Amino acid sequence: MTLAPTQTRAPDPVPASRRARRRVPVGLSLAALVVASIAVLPLLYLAFRAGQLNADRVAEVATRVRSLEQLGRSVLLAAVVTAGSLVLGVGSAWVVARTDVPLRRLWAVLAALPLAVPTYVAAYAWIAAVPEVAGFGGAACVLILCCYPYVYLPVVATLRGVDPAWEEASRSAGVGPLATFLRVTLRQIRPAAAAGSLLVALYVLSDFGSVSILRYETLTVGIYRSFTNNPFDRTAPVVLSGLLVLVTAIVVIGEARSRGRGRYSRLGGGAARPAQVVRLGARCAPLLAGMAAVSGLALGVPAVSLAYWLAVGQSATLDLPGIIGAASTSVVFAAGGAVVTTLLALPVGLLAARHAGWFPRLMERAAYVGHAVPGVVVALSLVFFAVNYAFGLYQSVPLVLFAYAVLFLPLAVAGVHASAAQSPPDLEEVARSLGSRPLEVLRRVTLPLAAPGIAAAAVLVFISSMKELTATLMLQPTGTSTLATELWTQTSTRAYAAAAPYAAVLVLLSAVPAYLLGRRSGRWGGGGT
Amino acid sequence: MLRTQRSHPPGRRVRTAVAVGAFGLTLSLAGCGGEDAEAASCAGGDTAGGSGSGSESEEAEVEPVDDAQLVVYSGRNEELVGPLYEQFTDETGVEVSVRYADSATLAGQLLEEGSRTPADVFLSQDAGALGALAKGGCLVELSDEVLDQVPAEYRSDDGNWVGLTGRARVIIYNPDLVSEGELPDSLEDVNDEQWRGQVGIAPGNASFQAMVTAIRVLDGEDAARSFLEGLVDNDAEIYEGNGAILDAVDAGDVAIGLINHYYRFELAAEVGEDNVTAQLHYLQDGGAGSLVNVSGVAQLAQADRAEDAQALIDFLLSESAQTYFAVETYEYPLVEGVPVEDSLPDLDSLEAPEFDLSDLDSLAVTTELIDEVGLS
Repeated sequence: MTLAPTQTRAPDPVPASRRARRRVPVGLSLAALVVASIAVLPLLYLAFRAGQLNADRVAEVATRVRSLEQLGRSVLLAAVVTAGSLVLGVGSAWVVARTDVPLRRLWAVLAALPLAVPTYVAAYAWIAAVPEVAGFGGAACVLILCCYPYVYLPVVATLRGVDPAWEEASRSAGVGPLATFLRVTLRQIRPAAAAGSLLVALYVLSDFGSVSILRYETLTVGIYRSFTNNPFDRTAPVVLSGLLVLVTAIVVIGEARSRGRGRYSRLGGGAARPAQVVRLGARCAPLLAGMAAVSGLALGVPAVSLAYWLAVGQSATLDLPGIIGAASTSVVFAAGGAVVTTLLALPVGLLAARHAGWFPRLMERAAYVGHAVPGVVVALSLVFFAVNYAFGLYQSVPLVLFAYAVLFLPLAVAGVHASAAQSPPDLEEVARSLGSRPLEVLRRVTLPLAAPGIAAAAVLVFISSMKELTATLMLQPTGTSTLATELWTQTSTRAYAAAAPYAAVLVLLSAVPAYLLGRRSGRWGGGGT
Repeated sequence: MLRTQRSHPPGRRVRTAVAVGAFGLTLSLAGCGGEDAEAASCAGGDTAGGSGSGSESEEAEVEPVDDAQLVVYSGRNEELVGPLYEQFTDETGVEVSVRYADSATLAGQLLEEGSRTPADVFLSQDAGALGALAKGGCLVELSDEVLDQVPAEYRSDDGNWVGLTGRARVIIYNPDLVSEGELPDSLEDVNDEQWRGQVGIAPGNASFQAMVTAIRVLDGEDAARSFLEGLVDNDAEIYEGNGAILDAVDAGDVAIGLINHYYRFELAAEVGEDNVTAQLHYLQDGGAGSLVNVSGVAQLAQADRAEDAQALIDFLLSESAQTYFAVETYEYPLVEGVPVEDSLPDLDSLEAPEFDLSDLDSLAVTTELIDEVGLS
């Protein structure tokens, strides 16, 4: 994935024409508006349900000490996991992109692979091996280990892409390497790191599986509990979801501000040289040990745990046709989800990358806000809208893909935005001046230039869709099952050994695209964006 | 089972995307005003039936549910009940299309679907979810022939649902940490000082809440509150579910725990009897600690295949299905004359309290109580 800094444009000799070019095109805006309204469907549903509630009960639930404690825990966990992911993500990205660390390509791949481990699998693996991990510390560590690739991938792409001239200028002015990293490099990767952090924070706020397994009661756990305790009364889940949306809105707006107004663009024209490689020397051994420890904890523990259950359980009668069937359904759903989500992300991402102003910003932020609503709320909202307005789609494959789009739009929007921002708008202007129509420019210039980054974003959506459980359970056609739903089926009867093959296939299948993302991130110098 | 695969040539995906886009546009233009009122319920959900939809043309191609099939929402696991549905199809020729998820999720989904639900039959893991649906007006009254097969205490008083299997509350203990003689004789004993920090509970779990509801109904709200406060004061360990408690007791993390009886048998079947340390202790005192909850089945009010739905319910109450439940799940078959699994005490000997399971729909009061005392 290439979440990279937005490049400011080279000075334009003809400001008037520039303003004309910047006029937001109507078609693109309309398309973005449609996508944004899809993304906020869960919020519409919540608003609709909230409108039916008794105001006193709402106030009572919202001000319950317990609700506020859950809220506090959600915020704390999201903050700590985001900070931890930033440290691990930026650290590994720097080592991979800027140092002479041995086996660099291997580390690049290993840093991306945790994406393939669903957090509920990791959580289960940990608690089975070390029961003491239950609680805040364990939940934070497990989530950091699973989520740091969301920061690593965009940051490593940026580190490889930015012009080293700033850093060189700093060094030649007598500033030391550490100070240069802190003052210059960190500033350059700030937008990428912020975008990755946002994805981490949103993921943590909405995740249910891992925190419930690790017994850390966040707001999401509260939402699920109140929903399962009494499906008839929607007050508590709706109110708690409202609180969660509020937090998310604050996080999303905060991230937009943290990107700052600094200048991150290349100096002058031509291609950037690869940055100078830092010789690690004596620091190499401890760094290697650290990287190995992180990968060992993130990948080794789930792997060993799965292997143990495969070996020990008696319920492990390998149902090969069942596994192959579930695996192909998973792949089809996830591929469809990736295609639909990426297509929907195009107008929002392109609009945000090419045009300033409140409208493009609002559309992009709207695409994010729905992301923090837990799967069960997204699923219920789609049940509601489909049953009432599009019954023909209910419990059909398109609706599942649609749910993935609502859930994972931010991943794709971030990718589209970043890769479109990296390709110079001047080429589009040239094409326009030569008489190409806007759609043709899009097809022949913009998209081909941004294609690698967009593809990476689609791969990320694919992986996330593979792991999705709640919405899939509620919306998939009756009679189908994916690897994730099979895994759920088996674990709910405690048939962990029977579940293990599904978990293993799920992780292995997700590891292929994660490997591709990682390999891409380890490619030296030239190549993709 | 993978219809989904062949419906996905590349060209189709594009059309799908277009349809999905149109769907979104319709929604954003239509807004969501004028919907059915009140909380989620099955009554009056018809109002939205005619609201325009940009994807009506899709209907012919993407038929969500095959009308030729009986649609079952199954809150019980595929591993467990899948073979029963197959056997039903073999015997009756009625094709069954089954949707699996946990009972509460399905109940929520059924309430959201309202009168447009494709489901004909709902099989639930516990009485609470059935009660919620009955309250929402989603269920029909079953015939007396069906209801009479099961003792009155294990079915809905209104005749909206019927129990299939019984699930007993028990105390699970680790014999390495505690001898059989020291074990509590009643629920109140669980809060004795000797068990400080040694009791595993799952306050978020429906089975625990059903037990507390039983205390409320049997002994009054104050008794329920003081039991819960006792757990808090005694530092009871909180777990996500019965399975986690069993694991903790088996590993010796806590000495005793409050769970349902069959979890231990499932674990033994999975890892081998010799590898399970934890043992069961039945209170058998006629109190809430001896509660027997049920898994049950109901027919949806909107079932368009009522006859087949009834046939399935009959089948689930048949001797072969009841025996299957007894052998495979170690639960108590509820139809009289069907033997229980060998290692279990008789259902009658459990001395379950005189308790109307329909009262479990007051679960909300219980969960509020649990919240108030600061558990879970």
